[in-house]
Amino acid sequence: MAPIEKIEGRAIPFGLKNVDTDVIIPAKWLKTISREGLGKGAFETLRADPNNLFDQPEYRQAPILIAGDNFGCGSSREHAAWALGDLGIRVVIAPSYSDIFSGNAVKNGILPVVLPQSAIDRLMEVAATDPIHVDLDTQTVTTPFQDRFTFEIDPFRKMCLLNGLDEISLTEKSDAAIAAHEQMIAKTQPWLTPTLA
Amino acid sequence: MTRPRTLYEKIWDAHVVEQRSDGTCLIFIDRHLVHEVTSPQAFAGLRASGRTVRRPDLTLAVPDHNLPTTARKDAAGNRLPIADVESAAQLAALETNAPDFGIRYIDATAAEQGIVHVVGPEQGFSLPGTTIVCGDSHTACHGGIGALAFGIGTSEVEHVLATQTLLLQPAKTMEVRVEGEVGPGVTAKDIILHITGTIGAAGGTGHVIEYTGSTIRALSVEGRLTVSNMAIEGGARAGLIAPDTTTFAYLKGRPYAPKGADWDAAIAYWTSLATDPGATYDKTVVIDAAEIAPSVTWGTSPEDVVPITGTVPAPDSFADPSKQAAVAKSLAYMGLEPGTRMQDVPIENIFIGSCTNSRIEDLRAAAAVLKGRHKAANVKWAIVVPGSGLVKAQAEAEGLDRIFTDAGLEWREPGCSACLGMNPDKVPAGERCASTSNRNFVGRQGPGSRTHLVSPAMAAAAAVTGRLTDVRELID
Ligand code: SF4
Repeated sequence: MAPIEKIEGRAIPFGLKNVDTDVIIPAKWLKTISREGLGKGAFETLRADPNNLFDQPEYRQAPILIAGDNFGCGSSREHAAWALGDLGIRVVIAPSYSDIFSGNAVKNGILPVVLPQSAIDRLMEVAATDPIHVDLDTQTVTTPFQDRFTFEIDPFRKMCLLNGLDEISLTEKSDAAIAAHEQMIAKTQPWLTPTLA
Repeated sequence: MTRPRTLYEKIWDAHVVEQRSDGTCLIFIDRHLVHEVTSPQAFAGLRASGRTVRRPDLTLAVPDHNLPTTARKDAAGNRLPIADVESAAQLAALETNAPDFGIRYIDATAAEQGIVHVVGPEQGFSLPGTTIVCGDSHTACHGGIGALAFGIGTSEVEHVLATQTLLLQPAKTMEVRVEGEVGPGVTAKDIILHITGTIGAAGGTGHVIEYTGSTIRALSVEGRLTVSNMAIEGGARAGLIAPDTTTFAYLKGRPYAPKGADWDAAIAYWTSLATDPGATYDKTVVIDAAEIAPSVTWGTSPEDVVPITGTVPAPDSFADPSKQAAVAKSLAYMGLEPGTRMQDVPIENIFIGSCTNSRIEDLRAAAAVLKGRHKAANVKWAIVVPGSGLVKAQAEAEGLDRIFTDAGLEWREPGCSACLGMNPDKVPAGERCASTSNRNFVGRQGPGSRTHLVSPAMAAAAAVTGRLTDVRELID
């Protein structure tokens, strides 16, 4: 997972509220066998309109997405985070997220920034013409016009994102404890290691 | 003296590898069941990071979700291709990933193939006191033999493959105690539908439910698997039923079950897991078995349950305004008018199957109603899908397949089938299905499908009359 520290670039001024995971990635994409390529399906329904925001030249490969309240609600599909990542999004800025989505985002190296609606409104304005700067270390979002917004983030999530650590690499640090548990089980409950007669 | 503990607490404590400061625990996973739909991206993730499967010996893979349930081999014994390109790709991915990572694999055409949650207990792979995970929300099923079993998402599948552990927060405990004898025509499915209607679809949120009481004790293992399967419909993370002599008799001699001296040691351990006298649950609900009738759902939430003798409720009969709105919406989707007698609701499709109700006992119950009868003319599509190849063989040995086909029902190959609209078995838009599966959500059995959840005997009764029917009218 690529670490996130400073992300600077164009931000898609999307701004919609209650965007559910079916909008982010329609159910028909769930039958894939890979995580890559899901960017094609991201916001597919909205992108059927040739004038959609996502396919405007200035927002192609934009690393930041600005959204409204309750982003990522609906089904728990992790494909939503994969699709955003595949589209090139590294940071989402919104007033709130569904719990499952923000968890999935962090797991997949996407930073969910929470800012009040007033800040979102201002950033939407800036994003129409200029880039936005997100600094995870200092927990700030800034613009070329002296705007400066600070955000809160769980210290554990911050550490994971800054270091590009996924949950598996973290758990791997507990390898000795896992091995000890396995040895204990092998002794006390040998039948748990299945063998076919 | 140690504090008295519940069955859940004992299993949890025995699997804690590490505890983090916020209470989250790294939990060891004893059994991992893998199927074709939620695993491809997990294996892709392992490959991308150069990781291996830590304990392939604790992992068992079997395809079930989107396999067609029509014949899988031609007359010459050659495998037939799967028409749907994406389903074929998911199956092909599992067929490559399992051997690549050294995982036991049950082939789509093997006699042991079936729905993961049927195969696990049937093979003795799922055992009491173990932690079991699978990338399917009905993994709670294995709680019927006393295993702590959770459904997980794809990144958790990858996490378990790589580390054989999961990071989990301890759940609260809830006891659902059912006491007394059930009346005629009332099965395990009616018990769990009644429980879900009573506690509500969010009644168990944040809890693991232990089902206790004389009614539960009297159930066969098949019945217990049916009950625990739908713990998730009551909002719970998992369901549990304490292992007892019924459980042990069921498991003895199964391929992966302990043998010899191990068997005796295992029984002693499993027996010690029962909830201690004096242990307390965070919540207890007591249900009188005499109040449970053959039950049916009318809406699009599994809590929308009435006795078959009941009527479709009116939105304003509910106190909660948000539930009123949900009921109005769900009645519009279901095409039902308040006050309609459930027994007057016509049925065009019948599905007997799914990990909730596709074991031999379920098929016997359906066959008992269908024997010597025929499906009604308005029933267009009626299928019986056994939970595994072994269930299928057993049913055929007992002649149940002929009872079904003589009654005009189709006898299919094992798999998830019409439980979810992912394979070719779908209910057409706007049509009703009396279904023995576990979810009546909007579109679950295909876009626009209208599901009425029932027991196998009730599904058989609906097939005979072409409407939702009180099975007690068809049995002695
Ligand atoms: S039958 Fe339905 S609930 Fe059971 S494993 Fe298959 S899809 Fe999941």
